[in-house]
Amino acid sequence: MKQANKSTNQQLGVVIVGHVDHGKSTLIGRLLHDTDSLPEGKLEEIKSVCDKRGSDFEWSFVLDAFQAERDQAVTIDTTQIFFSTELRNYVIIDAPGHREFLKNMISGASQADAAILVVDATEGVQEQTRRHAYMLHLLGLKQVAVVINKMDKVGYDPEQFEKAARESVDYLKSIGLTPAHIIPISAREGDMMVARGENMDWYKGKTMAEALDAFAVANPPVARPLRFPVQDVYRFDEKRILVGRIETGILRKGDTLFFSPTNEKATVISIENWPESGSIVEAHAGQSIGITLDEKIFVERGHVGSHAQNLPMLSNVFRANIFWLSGKPLKIGNSYTARFGTLETKVTVQSIDNLVDTQDLKKQKQASGVGKNAVAEVTLRAREMLPVDAYHDNFKMGRVVLYEDHDVAGGGLISMEGYPDQRQSSSPKSKNIYKVSHSVTPDMRAERAGHYGGVFWFTGLSGSGKSTLAIAVEKEIFERGMSVYVLDGDNIRYGLNADLGFSPEDRTENIRRVGEVAALQANAGIIVLSAFISPYQTDRDRARAAIPQSFHEIHIKADLATCEARDPKGLYKKARGGEIKEFTGIDSPYEAPTNPDLVIDTQANDIDTCVKQIVDYIEASVKTSSTQNNTNKEGRVVAL
Amino acid sequence: MSDSLDQLEARSIYILREAYARINPMAMLWSIGKDSTAMLWLVKKAFFGRVPFPLVLLDTGMEMDEVYDFRDKLVKDWDLPVINHMCPPEEEMDQTLPPATRAAMRKTEGLKTLLKKEKYKGIICGIRRDEQGLRAKERVFSPRSLDGSWDFKDQPAEFWDQYKTDVPDDCHVRIHPILHWTEIDIWRYCERENIPLCDLYFAKDGKRYRSLGEKNLTLPVESKADTIEKIIAELQETNISERSGRTMDKETEDSFEKLRQSGYM
Repeated sequence: MKQANKSTNQQLGVVIVGHVDHGKSTLIGRLLHDTDSLPEGKLEEIKSVCDKRGSDFEWSFVLDAFQAERDQAVTIDTTQIFFSTELRNYVIIDAPGHREFLKNMISGASQADAAILVVDATEGVQEQTRRHAYMLHLLGLKQVAVVINKMDKVGYDPEQFEKAARESVDYLKSIGLTPAHIIPISAREGDMMVARGENMDWYKGKTMAEALDAFAVANPPVARPLRFPVQDVYRFDEKRILVGRIETGILRKGDTLFFSPTNEKATVISIENWPESGSIVEAHAGQSIGITLDEKIFVERGHVGSHAQNLPMLSNVFRANIFWLSGKPLKIGNSYTARFGTLETKVTVQSIDNLVDTQDLKKQKQASGVGKNAVAEVTLRAREMLPVDAYHDNFKMGRVVLYEDHDVAGGGLISMEGYPDQRQSSSPKSKNIYKVSHSVTPDMRAERAGHYGGVFWFTGLSGSGKSTLAIAVEKEIFERGMSVYVLDGDNIRYGLNADLGFSPEDRTENIRRVGEVAALQANAGIIVLSAFISPYQTDRDRARAAIPQSFHEIHIKADLATCEARDPKGLYKKARGGEIKEFTGIDSPYEAPTNPDLVIDTQANDIDTCVKQIVDYIEASVKTSSTQNNTNKEGRVVAL
Repeated sequence: MSDSLDQLEARSIYILREAYARINPMAMLWSIGKDSTAMLWLVKKAFFGRVPFPLVLLDTGMEMDEVYDFRDKLVKDWDLPVINHMCPPEEEMDQTLPPATRAAMRKTEGLKTLLKKEKYKGIICGIRRDEQGLRAKERVFSPRSLDGSWDFKDQPAEFWDQYKTDVPDDCHVRIHPILHWTEIDIWRYCERENIPLCDLYFAKDGKRYRSLGEKNLTLPVESKADTIEKIIAELQETNISERSGRTMDKETEDSFEKLRQSGYM
């Protein structure tokens, strides 16, 4: 093969996608031939193979090297082939069009800088045309050209071209992709591939080869904030070298790096190199490097080095827009091994928020599972805090790959929409805090008051009845002679939390403070009823962690339609009208408790019944030892 | 970092470190040819001058003398951790195979006996996509069953540099750190980094070897290129494939496919 000879130019990866039999492999075979890139004798070899089989000349045999592929005349796996134009070097990635082989299509397309979507002029946009286009969108590929192939079969008719072109563009637009070029071609005959040919004078745009040259090679993302995911730590000689690839940004000798999620920091003493050493002062995105630090901080594979002014978020919950490749459907509650860069951890599927039909783009809420080759928006939860970037902010870091058993099961782009950044709230800002040990014990307080304190945490949608029930329950408990107090928006939002709004971060901080105040009051012996939507499980878990033995999560349950119909404060109406943003249940998520201590169904029961259920539960929970039987729950420490 | 060789190098180093971090025990096949010697250089770059796993030579006793000489010199100069593993004799191969394929099969069988003995979970192998249509379809991390066979119809998905590194008990994974390089890339890199290579690659009396295999399986090509510079110039003009001197690839339409399926590199 004539070899690519542009030594300093970067190489552009182009993936060829489209429906089965629309002519992808043929297109590549023809392109290689017309750019004089085929090895000597290849044409003759294929000719003789085709003769032996008694078939017409098949361009696609250039790539479909597998015996099985020749026998079935279908491309099974992705392949790569190198060639060059006058302008630069290319690697052409062939992707199989058959539905069964979607994982191979993704393996190929994920390595490309640009894509050519092949559409058969006689058939127009088909199932895999749409699916492949959607996958390009999901893989973040923005540079796309559409070729309308097999123009020879429709007599090079411009109207047929227009029809197929319009269909293609309509679909691409609907998923936010704008094709750079739409080109009528005949891969078999070579029209508008490299040469223009004589059959389509009516077309004035670029040929396919010109369209390829018009694509841009992506520059390494040096302008983005530094992300240096640690790949390994080598201890050679006396040196401790942290190795990894800079995904985005620039790292310089002398920089202070912060490592997430530990928040440890240290200064870069050297950027290591072999065989020369000592001369490197700076390294860029895309480089695989090794560094040494001035302090022996704890750093391991998976930790991410960044600069202080722009750290990744920390969260144990995130959304992902995923494609699923495994034969076993993804289901709520299932656990998978997730890899983010070099980090590996277990995640559990908390919810399947939308199942996306790639054909008509309809979204189905409350799907029970995500089957093979399907696309969905899901919420995933890990046991510990992870450094995460949303794909929107960092296209290198904001991706997750899910494994089941030993194999890749799916992948997706991370979205933090509606979820709070938990960087600051997970550990005390001031390290000079020591817990005061009280000499008056909870038992002594309970003995005097006749009951223990406790936090009864009501959570539910706006309008589910939290405040109404809390106030009624408070009255009932108070009348039974016990110390009780309601924390709700009215007494917290206007005072302690007057500085907070309703962004995900502020909501998290709001709930963190309520949780701490509730725990203090409960320790003082009070029965605290808190009535906040508190939409995130993480936040409620943190409130529980403040007083694990005496925390009771009570789900005040009513479905969205019921709450919206009640709309006691007219808030849903405002949210629907766009007056209120990030309203829980409308454009911000509500995570129902995964393991509540009590569920109160306000749809099925009237107020009095609900109040009685709660009061009975509280009474049983706060009994002192003299009256206590085994109704008191075991204290449990909940990991965030 | 604008140079394409830097990008190729960075990716190979990432792959090597990924394999080292996740797969153990592991070994690298070193055929002593230009590709695996360039790869060896990349290993030394990735691990700051070290070679932290054994280098295995699958020895048929049929390599050319210059190849053995070059091996001995480099092992000594670089103090390399080499395992010279003898392959089973040709008489033990399937006698129904065509002769060249049968001879090539010895390496496959040699690798099997090595895996059995050393229980490696990972084998680093210096194949490239542009060498051959079947190798073009390979994954960077390519799982193999116990007998080494390659299920090319059901390869794992591989994207965003996340690889199949979790290997079931009775399997191993082939790691291909230079899969994305082309022949000319290798030459440019050898030139830039000044990597020592076997003399047979350089023209003598109007002939040179473009690809090194066993005595009985490899033929030289017509060439006057006696420096890397000239080799690169020659490659830019030629339309003849790199493995044209390797007889076992083309005995039948699918001879190389059969070899690879059964575990050939």
